[in-house]
Amino acid sequence: MKILVPLKRVPDPDTKIRIKPDGPGIELDGVKFAVNPFDAIALEEALRIEEKLGEMEVVVVSIGGEECVEQLRVGLAMGADRALLVKTSESLDSLAVAKVLAAVYRREKPDFVLMGKQAIDDDSNQAGQMLAAMLGVGQATFVSKLELIENNTKARCGRETDAGIETITVRLPAVLTTDLRLNEPRYVSLPGIMKAKKKPLEEMTPADLGVAATSRTKIFKLESPPKRKAGVRVKTVDELVDKLKNEAKVI
Amino acid sequence: MATILVIAEHDDGQLKLATLSAVAFAKRVIAEAGGTFDILVIGDGVDLVAEALRSYGAASVLAAERPELKSPLADKHAHVIAEAARQRGSTLIVGAASTFSKDILPRGAALLDAGMLSDVVDVTCDGDDFVFRRILFAGNAIATVKLEGAVKFLTVRAAAFAPPPKGAELSRVEKLTVDAGSLPDFIVCEGREAKVAGRPDSTEARVVVSGGRAIKNAEDFERLIGGLADALGGAVGSSRALVDAGITPNSLQIGQTGKIVAPEVYFAIGMSGAIQHLAGMKDTKVIVAINKDPDAPIFEVADFGLVGDAYQVVPELIERLRN
Repeated sequence: MKILVPLKRVPDPDTKIRIKPDGPGIELDGVKFAVNPFDAIALEEALRIEEKLGEMEVVVVSIGGEECVEQLRVGLAMGADRALLVKTSESLDSLAVAKVLAAVYRREKPDFVLMGKQAIDDDSNQAGQMLAAMLGVGQATFVSKLELIENNTKARCGRETDAGIETITVRLPAVLTTDLRLNEPRYVSLPGIMKAKKKPLEEMTPADLGVAATSRTKIFKLESPPKRKAGVRVKTVDELVDKLKNEAKVI
Repeated sequence: MATILVIAEHDDGQLKLATLSAVAFAKRVIAEAGGTFDILVIGDGVDLVAEALRSYGAASVLAAERPELKSPLADKHAHVIAEAARQRGSTLIVGAASTFSKDILPRGAALLDAGMLSDVVDVTCDGDDFVFRRILFAGNAIATVKLEGAVKFLTVRAAAFAPPPKGAELSRVEKLTVDAGSLPDFIVCEGREAKVAGRPDSTEARVVVSGGRAIKNAEDFERLIGGLADALGGAVGSSRALVDAGITPNSLQIGQTGKIVAPEVYFAIGMSGAIQHLAGMKDTKVIVAINKDPDAPIFEVADFGLVGDAYQVVPELIERLRN
């Protein structure tokens, strides 16, 4: 069995982003980068399946510049077997990412794809679903519980929806996107880092895969949302109720 | 000119109010650019939903009904949406930003080789094209974007588009024929968690009372957060910490990866105010923060802050509101 896990390089979730004053983008100076947290959860799940089933391969793939090697090495250090970097200097939207991943999928022929439900930078939450449509396979999004059943031909998934947990079974191959509570990703260990250095990391371009990676989304401007002003401190419950009733008039 | 298809969302025959925000978006675009919009309702037994959507000025309310479409499974629903968009020549396909739309619309978009924008909060027309504004980076940035391509998919933030008033004229209801043989069959629904009855959904309520890490267990959550919500006729919400701890169900989580709410009043009780949580509630009209740590970041965004222990303040507040 083989599982493909895409890893996106994103600003560390704990850094406060600053918007560039000149042009649409964020300040990159001094920003720490990380594997998109949802993708790390996807990789952790793939590794747990590998540990359970034995004989299988977990392949991580990233799309972007040379700097993405850093996140692929983290993936290898966590335990992935092999890494692929699809090199492009373009910033791709979800549709373009899904097209590149579809090409990688056709080359790698994994049994399924496990990936984060969204990247915490552009928050689109689209690529996995688009990939599933392009491949003509099933999908399970927002997965917080995963179990392979019927001789690993299907996945039973608990999905976190607005209405609560929904349980579905999806035929494999499929694209499964992970939510926060699926697992707690492991830390990278020193032996893991040493081992990762010897693991294969292959680089290619979208052209090598036969796809044109161009984004249809054009960002013209990036701005900070209007800041909320801190209001007033009240000392007592009575004062609070009075303010809400008579000043804000909301209760 | 725009030909818009609004995707209605319902809970087994009960219309989700967020759908009306997508309708409001469609009306806004048409007012500026001209054109028409249809509303598509997919399911099994959707007469009431279709009826409820007739008063908003749609050219047609399309009902795609089949027993196979009872659960909102992405493979089948996306197929129906793509089919309807093809038949109608839709150029903008829009739904409210919810887990329903996030699951299904990107799949529909890819079936039509269309691009998509999530969490749109504003739209303006630029000749024949549109300029959108959308939220990203956990609510810390707003991007002004254009999307190329004849067909575009979107989800819109409910808070950004107020539900439109009802009109006197009724849209016609049309059946959309669905060929059962062509429906994909990758996914089977085994069941859904029983809903917690009795309180409104946090995305639809005027008042939301939300609890954070200070709440120690499910009983206390029900007594304090639930009790205050009931005293105000509001909904309950929760920070990620409580869901992770198993104190609240995931459907209550508000934040970057949970629900996005924008009520009239939001009570943030015993929570620090992590940016991921703020992303889900900072468009609220009035934020009330109760926290015993006077330096908690939540106070930086709160309109009214009260430094105090939730276990003492909240019972007092409930008592005061009941009298």
